[in-house]
Amino acid sequence: MTDDALARIDAAVKSNDVLLFMKGTPLFPQCGFSSRAVAILDHLGVEYATIDVLQDQGVRQGIKVYSDWPTIPQLYVKGEFIGGSDIMMEMYEAGELAALFDQAGISKAA
Amino acid sequence: MPMTAEEIESMIRASIPDAQVEITDLAGDGDHYAARVVSESFRGLPRVRQHQRVYEALGGRMGGVLHALQLTTATPS
Repeated sequence: MTDDALARIDAAVKSNDVLLFMKGTPLFPQCGFSSRAVAILDHLGVEYATIDVLQDQGVRQGIKVYSDWPTIPQLYVKGEFIGGSDIMMEMYEAGELAALFDQAGISKAA
Repeated sequence: MPMTAEEIESMIRASIPDAQVEITDLAGDGDHYAARVVSESFRGLPRVRQHQRVYEALGGRMGGVLHALQLTTATPS
């Protein structure tokens, strides 16, 4: 891992309102947990960006340090780390994720 | 080597002594677990911090030898 990877992660986190670090892409998730995270965001209908950590070893390792979180996927909203797929599911089921997006003024996907 | 449910439970208890830990072997393959951890020490902590406490207890195994641990945390009701 390099400082360069951390700098790229930091820039991406700060320039995307909703950013999901995942394995694969929304159309072709490469892991069940990433698939679940994408399904939650799609269901809530928000616009989001993704970064495929499988395409970048620096980011794949760096994001674990950056967030102090050992697994992928990881969700960031307005620069704040929200959690992994378990927390996303808990928050989704409790209606907290939709509330968080509302409060953050996240726009719906067209 | 995958971890056993007992190993996971004892590591969590060693670090969070009051924790009630329930482990479920989701696939019956000793590699995909769900854990529910209930501890008074989680009170007032955001979910991210509660999960981080459990990951700390597992000493870096999460995301490594322990690939799939579905985690839920709660405070005693």
